[in-house]
Amino acid sequence: MHLHKYEKIWLVFGVGSLIFFLLILGFGAFWLGTHPQSHGVTIDPNNLEAHEAFEPENLGVTKVADDEYIVNIVASAFNYDLGTDEEGTPVKNIRIPKGSTVLFQVASPDVVHGFNVAGTNVNMMVEPGYISSIETVLDNVGEYTIVCNEYCGVGHHQMFASLEVYE
Amino acid sequence: MSEKLQIAKPESRLYMSFLYVAFISLFIGGLMGLLQTLVRSGEFTMPWGVDYYQILTLHGVILGLVLTTYFIIGFQYSLMGKTVGISFKQRKMAWIGFWVMVIGTIMTAITILLGKASVLYTFYAPLQAHPVFYIGLAFVIIGSWIAAFVNFRQLYVWKQKHPNEKSPLLAFMVVINMIMWVIASLGVAVAVVVQFIPWSLGYAETINVLISRTLFWYFGHPLVYFWLLPAYMAWYAIIPKIIGGKIFSDSLARIAFILLLFFSIPVGFHHQLTEPGIDPIWKFVQVVLTFMVVIPSLMTAFSIFATFEITGRRKGFRGLFGWFKHLPWKDVRFLAPVIGMLAFIPGGAGGIINASHQMNAVVHNTIWVTGHFHITAATTVVLTFFGITYWLVPHLTGRKLTKSINRLGIIQSIFWAVGMTIMSGAMHIEGLLGAPRRSSFSTYGGTEQASEWIGYQMAQAIGGSILFIGILLMVYIFIKLTFFAPKGNEEFPIAEEEENAEQTPKWLENWKLWIAITIALILFAYTIPFVDIIQNSPPGSPAFDWPIGNS
Repeated sequence: MHLHKYEKIWLVFGVGSLIFFLLILGFGAFWLGTHPQSHGVTIDPNNLEAHEAFEPENLGVTKVADDEYIVNIVASAFNYDLGTDEEGTPVKNIRIPKGSTVLFQVASPDVVHGFNVAGTNVNMMVEPGYISSIETVLDNVGEYTIVCNEYCGVGHHQMFASLEVYE
Repeated sequence: MSEKLQIAKPESRLYMSFLYVAFISLFIGGLMGLLQTLVRSGEFTMPWGVDYYQILTLHGVILGLVLTTYFIIGFQYSLMGKTVGISFKQRKMAWIGFWVMVIGTIMTAITILLGKASVLYTFYAPLQAHPVFYIGLAFVIIGSWIAAFVNFRQLYVWKQKHPNEKSPLLAFMVVINMIMWVIASLGVAVAVVVQFIPWSLGYAETINVLISRTLFWYFGHPLVYFWLLPAYMAWYAIIPKIIGGKIFSDSLARIAFILLLFFSIPVGFHHQLTEPGIDPIWKFVQVVLTFMVVIPSLMTAFSIFATFEITGRRKGFRGLFGWFKHLPWKDVRFLAPVIGMLAFIPGGAGGIINASHQMNAVVHNTIWVTGHFHITAATTVVLTFFGITYWLVPHLTGRKLTKSINRLGIIQSIFWAVGMTIMSGAMHIEGLLGAPRRSSFSTYGGTEQASEWIGYQMAQAIGGSILFIGILLMVYIFIKLTFFAPKGNEEFPIAEEEENAEQTPKWLENWKLWIAITIALILFAYTIPFVDIIQNSPPGSPAFDWPIGNS
């Protein structure tokens, strides 16, 4: 089949940049290990508490070592359950020192939710039956809004929390 | 050839019926869009207790599924009728398809209006709508399949009568698009018929959420190509005629369409990159396949601009960009689609970001995504459809596109471009700052980030209002062209090949081979992860209907 000369040049350039771009993505994924979350661990949505991470006393921030934290969250319509403080009031704001490694683990007992620490790449779908998890290093000081970014019902926009990264 | 004939009444009635539904949808869906941007500005609340998510569902279903499907089927029928003809029997079948779709659309629309189906157009389980919502959707899909099989039959009959001739380019393209549509919509049909309907009727207690989502996105990405390919048809084979040129290359156009068929379906995982339960390796495989559509897209861009340049130079316009200045910018049949083409440059670039394995995490489910499909689908595709309307409707109704309607059309296109630039631009920036999509107005407890978002939401309301004026103009133009414009003949512009064009190779019409490769790619991309999803599935989910306000 006949191809115009300019078109050959254009296609070689286009396909070349495509290959280059895919190599960068592949490098990030397979050499640096930056895959999107795919934890692949299932859980019974009707009995989240059977899993240690989602027992009521383990919700919220847990310090596991110096500069290492785990945050366990139950996302349900229309609330992020981060446990309670000493007085028994629900925690809505969590604080983590700058430079810490944090593992977020989220599960849903009802419908599909989103979990996005706004403005960062901590961004996960939370689906009934699975634990969504991502590990990250919090390098930038600031106050971040945690928003549900998947529609979960009429109170969807009331579902949020906040994360403070302090010096 | 039939090109010279004025169109027959019964044919035009069929094609116009699809366009009527499309433009009624444009008006209703557009109004819902305006209301959303107003609500999200924080300055307006819906009256009569109407819920934001109810109008969001209506907006998505009626513009994303109804407007597009009806317009495309009507347009494709007219292309088939023009190039290969339609028989009495085929027309009858086409009407059956039309009515099946209308019944389905009405069923779905009523359940949404009653507030029983505020599940958005993606209807993610385990949010549960009223069964009639799903049954209506199934009817719409079945009706569209009837249209597809009528199209296949049209080309088959023509081929029997014209042995050894290559099929007309536009008929070839329509058949590619409908093959893709049928293969892709099988996924959502299985989800709706096997999972959602029995579950919503109470025959099945639980639903497998991840399977339903995977089947949905197996369909959901080709869906956007189903919108885009008719726009490509107009760009490849109709715009050249409008500017007084020829088709750049018949075989190139066919190859581009075949590649789009291959690489539009086995790629749904790039919508599911941030989900648990799907293996990252298979996500990556589908990311690579997703990017293959870059090749036919670049071929399309090359061939369209080549046509522009060749035509301009042939008319004697010299210099590096002389030909560009002398394109028929004052002809709305040209201007509207070209604005659409230009919007596709940032639109396509944004798409590459969305589909990127890791970069997706920054924008996933933020309002960036909404901005993305408002410049791709709602600008590129929709402006091309408007460009088609300016000649197709008068052609079908035996009227003229007058100078004054042309001028109004140009104003309409500018309104659309300006409104979309403001609205979609604001959505893109706001999304990068982290604001979610598909959410009503909220200050998120008054955080600093949320207060940054509100200014952009104001801009979206301004853009949305400008767009709504554009919709009112377009509906007015449609009514004018249908009923009130002066009688006359408007051309159905189909471009021809160059006289000395290279022969199109025969193997390009090897349908069995193309379908086989498509299926092989789908099996490659989906079999192992799908088995994996089933084998490692968690307990199923019961129905949740209270979160959508349906208790």
